Amino acid sequence: MPMQNVLTWMIFAPVAGAAVVLLLPRGRDELVRWISLLATAVPLALAFWVYANFDRTSPGLQFVEHYAWIPAFNIEYFLGLDGVSAPMFLLTTLIAFLALVASWGIKEGVKGYFCLYLLLEAGMLGVFAALDFFLFFIFWEVSLLPMYFLIGIWGGPEREYAAIKFFLYTLFGSVLILLAMLALYFANEPHTFDMTKLIAANKQYGIAFQLLVFIALYIGFAIKVPVFPFHTWLPDAHVEAPTPISVILAGILLKMGPYGMLRVSWPMLPEALKVYAYPLAIFALINIVYGALVAMAQRDFKTLVAYSSISHMGFVLLGMCAIGPQGLSQAGVNGAILQMFNHGTVTAMLFLLVGVLYDRAHHRVIEDFGGLGVQMPVYAGVATVAFFAALGLPGLSSFISEALVLIGAFPAYRTLTIIAAVGIIITAGYWLWTLQRVFLGPLNPKYATLPEINGRELVTLVPLGALVLFLGVYPMPVLDLIRASADQLIALVGPLP
Amino acid sequence: MPDPNWSQALRTVAPELTLTIVALIVLVLDLVAGRGRKGALAAIAVVGTLLALGWSVSLWGERLVAYGGMVVADNYSLFFNIAFLAITVLTILLSTSYLRREEADLSEYYVLLLFCTLGMMLMAKGLDLIVIFLGLEILSISNYVLAGFLRTRLQSNESALKYFLLGSFSSAFFLYGIALIYGTTGSTNLGRIAQALQANRDPGPLFQVGMALLLVGFAFKVASVPFHMWTPDAYEGAPTPITAYMSVGPKAAAFAAFLRVFSQPLAAMQGEWAVVLWVLAALTMTVGNVVAIAQPNIKRMLAYSSIAHAGYLLVPMVASGELGTSSLLFYVLAYAFTTLGAFAVVILLSRKGEAGYEIAGYAGLGYTHPVLALAMTLFMLSLGGIPPTAGFVAKFYIFSAAVKAGYIWLTVIGVLTSAVSLYYYLRIVVLMYMREPAEESSAATLTAGPLVTLAIAAFAVLLMGLFPGSIFTLAQSSVFGL
Repeated sequence: MPMQNVLTWMIFAPVAGAAVVLLLPRGRDELVRWISLLATAVPLALAFWVYANFDRTSPGLQFVEHYAWIPAFNIEYFLGLDGVSAPMFLLTTLIAFLALVASWGIKEGVKGYFCLYLLLEAGMLGVFAALDFFLFFIFWEVSLLPMYFLIGIWGGPEREYAAIKFFLYTLFGSVLILLAMLALYFANEPHTFDMTKLIAANKQYGIAFQLLVFIALYIGFAIKVPVFPFHTWLPDAHVEAPTPISVILAGILLKMGPYGMLRVSWPMLPEALKVYAYPLAIFALINIVYGALVAMAQRDFKTLVAYSSISHMGFVLLGMCAIGPQGLSQAGVNGAILQMFNHGTVTAMLFLLVGVLYDRAHHRVIEDFGGLGVQMPVYAGVATVAFFAALGLPGLSSFISEALVLIGAFPAYRTLTIIAAVGIIITAGYWLWTLQRVFLGPLNPKYATLPEINGRELVTLVPLGALVLFLGVYPMPVLDLIRASADQLIALVGPLP
Repeated sequence: MPDPNWSQALRTVAPELTLTIVALIVLVLDLVAGRGRKGALAAIAVVGTLLALGWSVSLWGERLVAYGGMVVADNYSLFFNIAFLAITVLTILLSTSYLRREEADLSEYYVLLLFCTLGMMLMAKGLDLIVIFLGLEILSISNYVLAGFLRTRLQSNESALKYFLLGSFSSAFFLYGIALIYGTTGSTNLGRIAQALQANRDPGPLFQVGMALLLVGFAFKVASVPFHMWTPDAYEGAPTPITAYMSVGPKAAAFAAFLRVFSQPLAAMQGEWAVVLWVLAALTMTVGNVVAIAQPNIKRMLAYSSIAHAGYLLVPMVASGELGTSSLLFYVLAYAFTTLGAFAVVILLSRKGEAGYEIAGYAGLGYTHPVLALAMTLFMLSLGGIPPTAGFVAKFYIFSAAVKAGYIWLTVIGVLTSAVSLYYYLRIVVLMYMREPAEESSAATLTAGPLVTLAIAAFAVLLMGLFPGSIFTLAQSSVFGL
C-alpha cells in the first residue's frame, strides 16, 4: 500500500466496503456486518499510522495528494491534513468504527444500512481532508444523503418528518455555500477552487465582497453546527435517528460546521471576521445558555443530550471568534478545536448510553427511571464518567477545552465570557439532576429486571471513556497536533485594524 | 461530373440523408413484415440511427457550410445531433415491448420517430430561419402523430389534439416572426441578419416585434412558463416512450436553434432579450417545480419537472457567452440521460393501459425490486442536482455561468427552486424505501429494451457525475464561433 496516498485509502476503503456489501446476496447479514467492520477498521488502523507520522512542528499541509480532476474548471482532487483538520479526521475513523459496533443490533434492511453507513463515513472523512473547495462541497453533499436515508428508513416513528427536515435545512445551507464558493471562484484570476490559493489571495477581496460572502458561508455552516436560530432540525433528527446514527451526527457531523468556518471563512475572509466577531460571539453565547436551559427542561433523555450538544457547540464558536487587538486568541482557537474533538468523544458516549437504556426499557422518559445505580452499577459508572465530562469536571477532557475557550474569550468579551461561565453552572445543574433522576433514589420496580450493560456495548464505550479520562489529565497528544496550524491561522487573520 | 461543392453539400447532410433513407426503407419493409414481426424493423431503425450517428462523429471537427449558407455542420450542431441520435436509439429501445403490450406495434411508429429526429437535426444544423422552420415542422408534425399513436385511447387523442392546436399556434407565431425579420433586414439567413444589424444599429419596432414573436415560438417549443400549458396533458396522454422522447429530444432541438438564433445574429440585441429570458427562466423554474409537488401521476410529475428543467436551460442562455453555451450543452446531455433513465423505470413498472403510473404505486419498491429502486433513486437525485450525479455537475456549470455573467439573483432563484424540487424527487425515494409495498404491488415486467436503456442511462449519469471533464471539454469545443 503506497503511503503517499494514505488519505485516499482511508476515504475510499469504506466505499469499497459499501460496494462489496451491495454485491452480497440477500440473507448474509452476519457477513455484511463483518465486512463493514473491516471496512471501517482499515481507516482506523491507518489513522494510527497518520497520527504517528504527523509532523507536529509544521503548520503546513501534510499527506498531500494533488491531482487534476476537471481541468476545464480547474477543479482538483486535492487532499491533505493540517492541525485544524487532523484531530477531527482521526476522530472520525474512531467514532465510525465504534458506532459500527453499536450498529450490530440493526436487524432490518441490514445490507442497505451498512452500505449507507459506509458511504457516510467516506463523505465525512472527505470533508475533513478536502482542500479543493469543489471537492469539499461534493463530500459535504455526499455525507448529507446517506444521513437522510439512515434517519428516514431506520429511525423512530416520526422519521420521515425528521429526515426531510434535516435534509431541507442542510440543503438550504449547502445552497448558500455553493453561491459563496462560486463567488470566491470567480473573484480569483485565474479562477480556482484551490483553498490554499483562495487563502493566499485573501488580501485582494474588497470589504463589501467579504462581508456578503462571509454571511452566506456563515449561515451555511451555522445550520450544520447548529447555531441558534437554525437549530430546530437537530432535536428532531436526534430523537428519530437510531442510536449509532445519533452518535455519528453529534460526534462528527456537527463538527463539519465549525470546521468549515475555520477552514474557509476565517482564513479566506479575515476582514469580515473582524467586523462580525462580536455578533458571532453573541450567537455563540446564546447557544451556550439557551441550549443549556432548554436541555434542563427536557423529559426525553435523548432530546436532553441533543440540546446539550447545542450548548457545548457554543463553546467551540465562542473560542473561534475570540478576537482581541492582537488578533485571534491562541487559547481560544486551540480550545475551540480541542473542544470539537472532546465534544465528539463525550457526546458519542452520551448517545451510546441513551441507546443502551432505550434498548432495555424501550422509552427514554427521564422521570420514569430511578435507582438504576443499584440495578446496573457498571452502566451507572460509565454514565457518571460521561455526565461529569459533559458538565466540565476538572480532570476530564471537556474541562480543559472549555477552560481554554473561556481564557481565550475573556480578554476579548468580558461580559459575554462571564455569562458563558454561568452557562456552565446550568449545565452542571441539568446533568446532576439527570444523574439523580436516573440512577439515584428508589428503584422503579418495573425495571428490577433490566440486564446490566453487555460486552459489546462496553467495547463501544470504554475506548471513548479512556480517551476522555486521559485527555482530561494530559491533553497534549491532541493539542500538539493543533498548535502549529492554529498559530498559522491566527497569523493569517492578523490583528484588529 | 459532380462539382466539389456538390459533394461537400452531400457530406454536410450525410447523417440526415442516411436517416431519411433508413426511414423510407422501414416504411417499405413494413409491407413485407407481417404483424408481430415489427421487432425486426425496430432493429433496422436502430442500426440506421447508429449509422447516422457514426456519420456525425466522422464529421467532428470540420465546419462545412452548404446550400448557399443554409446548413452548417459544425461541432455545435454535431454535438446536438449526436445527442439526438443517442436519444432516438434509447427511445426505440424503450418502445418495442411497450408497443407490443399496447397492441400498437406498427412500423409507422419507427418511421415517424426517425422523421422527428430528422427535423431535430435540421434545427440544429440550420443557418437560415427557413431551414430551422422546416426542421421544426418536420419535427412537430411527426410528433403530433406520435402523441396520438394509441388511437383507440381517449387520452392519447386528447394529447395529440392539444399538442397539435397549440403547436400550430406557436408555429404561426414563429413564422410571422420570420416574416417580420425578413421584412426589416431583407434576409432569413442568420449571417446576413447579423450584417444588417451591424450596419443599422436601430432596426426599428417591426424587427423588435419579429424578435419577440420568434422568442414566443421558441418558448412554446421548450415549454417555458407561461407558454407551457400544453405540456402536462400532452405528456400524460402520449405513449410513455414518446413522453420520454418529447421531454428530451424536441426540447433540446428547440434549444439548439433558440441559442443559435439568439446569440448569433441577435447578439447585438442581447440587452433586450436577456431581460425577457431572465423573467421566463425565473418563472419557469419556480412554477414548474412548485406545481410538480402536487402531482399524483408520475408522468405528469415528470412533465412538470421537464418544464422546470427548461427553466434551468434558460439560465445559461441568459448568461450566454462561451461558458453559457458549453454549460447548456452539458446540461442537455445530463438531463437527457437522466430523464430517459427515469422513464425506463416508469415503463418497466407500468401496466397495460393507463395503470401503474400513480406515484403511490412506488411504495415499497426498494424491497420488491431493489435494483430498479436504486436506479430510480440515482435518476431522481440527478434530476434534483445532488452529487455525485450528472445533474449536480450540470447545475453547477449553468450556475457558474450565471454567476460569472453577473446574474446572482437568477442563480439564487435557480438554486432555491432546485432545493424545492428535491422535495418531490425525494418523495419518490421516500415511497420506495420508507413505505411498505402496496397490496397490489407494482410487479415489474422486466423486458430487455428498457433495461438496456436504464443501464446505459445509469452509467452515463454516474460517469458525467464523477468524471465530467472529458464531456465538458467536448462541450467547450462545440461552442460555435461567437
